[in-house]
Amino acid sequence: MNRPTALSEKAIVKVIHPDDNDSIDHQTHQSILTTKGIFKSYRKSNLEVPVLRGVGLEIPEGQMTAIVGHSGSGKSTLLHLLATLDEPDQGEIYFGDRRIDNLSRGARDRFRNQTIGIIFQFYHLLPEFTTLENVLVPKMIEQNVFRYWMNKKKYIERATYLLELVGLSHRLTHKPSELSGGEMQRVAIARSLIAEPKLLLADEPTGNLDRENGEEIMTLLRNLNQDEQLSIVMVTHDENIANDADHVIRLESGKVMRQAA
Amino acid sequence: MYKLLLAWRYLKTRYIALASIISVTLGVATLIVVNAVMSGFTHEMRDRLHGVLSDVEIKSAKAQGIPNSSAYIARIREICGERLESATAIVRCPALLNFQFRGQMINQQIMLVGIDDETYSSVSDFKEYLLNEQNRLDPNFELKETGYDARMEIAGWPHRREQVEIERRLQKQYEEFYREQNGLKKPVEQVVIPRIDEQVGDDVFAPLPDSVPELNTEDDAIVVLDAPETNQIPSTVDPYSGQRAPIGDEFDPSTEHNVGIVLGLAIAHQKGRNPETNEVQDIFLCRPGDDVQITLPAANGPGGNLRPASAICTVVDFYESKMHQYDASFAFLPLSELQRIRGMVDMNGNRAVTGIQMKFKDGTNLDQIREELASTFPPMIHGFQIQTWEDVQRPMLAAVELEITLLNILLFLIIAVAGFGILAIFFMIVVEKTKDIGILKSLGAPNRGVLSIFLSYGLSLGVVGSGVGTVLGLIFVAKINEVARCIEWMTGREVFDPTVYYFTEIPTIVNFWTVCFVALGATLIAVLASVLPSFRASRLHPVEALRYE
Repeated sequence: MNRPTALSEKAIVKVIHPDDNDSIDHQTHQSILTTKGIFKSYRKSNLEVPVLRGVGLEIPEGQMTAIVGHSGSGKSTLLHLLATLDEPDQGEIYFGDRRIDNLSRGARDRFRNQTIGIIFQFYHLLPEFTTLENVLVPKMIEQNVFRYWMNKKKYIERATYLLELVGLSHRLTHKPSELSGGEMQRVAIARSLIAEPKLLLADEPTGNLDRENGEEIMTLLRNLNQDEQLSIVMVTHDENIANDADHVIRLESGKVMRQAA
Repeated sequence: MYKLLLAWRYLKTRYIALASIISVTLGVATLIVVNAVMSGFTHEMRDRLHGVLSDVEIKSAKAQGIPNSSAYIARIREICGERLESATAIVRCPALLNFQFRGQMINQQIMLVGIDDETYSSVSDFKEYLLNEQNRLDPNFELKETGYDARMEIAGWPHRREQVEIERRLQKQYEEFYREQNGLKKPVEQVVIPRIDEQVGDDVFAPLPDSVPELNTEDDAIVVLDAPETNQIPSTVDPYSGQRAPIGDEFDPSTEHNVGIVLGLAIAHQKGRNPETNEVQDIFLCRPGDDVQITLPAANGPGGNLRPASAICTVVDFYESKMHQYDASFAFLPLSELQRIRGMVDMNGNRAVTGIQMKFKDGTNLDQIREELASTFPPMIHGFQIQTWEDVQRPMLAAVELEITLLNILLFLIIAVAGFGILAIFFMIVVEKTKDIGILKSLGAPNRGVLSIFLSYGLSLGVVGSGVGTVLGLIFVAKINEVARCIEWMTGREVFDPTVYYFTEIPTIVNFWTVCFVALGATLIAVLASVLPSFRASRLHPVEALRYE
């Protein structure tokens, strides 16, 4: 695997430099996520399949960024890396100015739990839990039994508020199997917001929904972005949805093709 | 928090896992029942064995026995000091018992035990095993009017009087018949036959005393039938005192009885089924009040040769220890009577015994006592056999203990097998829950959190399984007799045949620590079985797990 050249590294540093106003057109925004020369490959039997080949990008804070690309372009892998669900083979990832790709496992667990929110194409709710409990899961993970019980009322209030926010206040005690796809995705969004994250990572949030529901979800995300100043990074292959975003990052065969406003 | 909640939800929704712990439940229940019944039986058995036997016994194998028992007892008291509670001397001797039952002569081999009715009860539970309620309070060898066991519709003096009445009536009828046959007129007057002290050995052929009165009959051809009572003596006569029973004194069997003997119940009693009703009924071959004959080897045979001695005794009570081994062989006589009959009283009136039984305070180390006694009375010099009650019953106790150990091992293996079932089902659940594991990890759950979900799931399965098993087992133990009856009713076969066992109820003892041990052991096995699948779950890669469909 190639190491990123000194030149490219320098260029990216230049790109992300907050004071360098001329570098790109959205310099007014601080970047919340920055990657530098990320390489990632998967090993299948003895064959090494490169997925990301030197991805360097920055994601502005408080805006909605879409990562688009064809299947196999590595966009989901990139999202997993940004979410610290996986580690890059090479390269660095910064959350603000904190490096997150080389954190210990426990620190990464806490990062996912308390700093960011994640939603997935297939919602990924726990089938044994009710809507309300699903939203509370990150808090249950964060706190030990005693502290959770002490603050239970507060958490339930917040979870109820979030479910109201996504329009599901009438579904608190339903199990995921009793909800529609759109409702499940809204529960997942409420769950991702319980820890009051600054960044929401979404992996094809509308990929499994019909147009109408997809639009509702997008509206919801857009509102969150505007009302709560939530930074959203969204992976999608749907150009229409990508067009709604403030920025579009196009991935092709493991490389950033264009970072456009 | 999520760990407990998830484990609880899995427990509530994964019935397949509950199915897997049924084997744990059954194993635990079986272990508890088997242990309760086995320890019930063992306890009952040990209790009875111990109750029948004294703590420690010194036995002499010599026919002449131990000459001066009180000196020995004094010496034993000196050695054992405070620990000795009481000691008594006994004579033990194999004998032949015979008696009449419906005109048939019945023979039984028995072990005669001559006991001192005052001190013998202090070394064993002897008096508690007597059937007469007065004897249970204050044992003696007198025939009683009342107080006999309800199983006998008639016993004691009323039975004896009735038998004598029948005997006399029969004799009268026979005499009348005889007279009619021979054309005799006058009735025969009451024949008075002198008492003979004792029919012993060669004395049987000795001529009757001179003073036998002339038969006061009209016709010389009259034959006086041999009535069994007429050979008997009052029990107080000592053959060595030189004084004979007053000749001509009439022995009235309806108001007097011979030397009292207490027979083991199984010697004279059988359980059988009524062929018509199929009910278990008690059959008594003889009862308190009947006379029996004992024949035994005397200790003072001429020139050291064996000489049989014989005596007529009256059954005064039965002895029921519920240990068949003892109930079918033991017969108790007053010590002094047995010494007299066996010829164990020397010229000076010193009486010999064959054994000394001792009872010690609770908690005394009996093995140590045995060693101390053995060093004081070396077997090479005294020829004594010194045994604790456990030594006597060693083979039986050891067999039962081995049986319990083996059963426990086997049943625990059943639970271990159940553990492998849990292992397999847990792997299945981990595969099924792979996606949930991915979700939890993507939400920041650490590896040990995922590990503890499945470990606590295993723990709760184990707790539920062994808890339900414990409850089931305890209920089963509590209702075991009802269950036995139910099985009898369903199969038509008796589970617990009262003609074989002396227990009417199945004895059970629930040992708290055994139950704890079984329940904890089963829980531990369930947890151990969940360790491997839990580790696998905790090591799943979140991305791989999320991608799993």
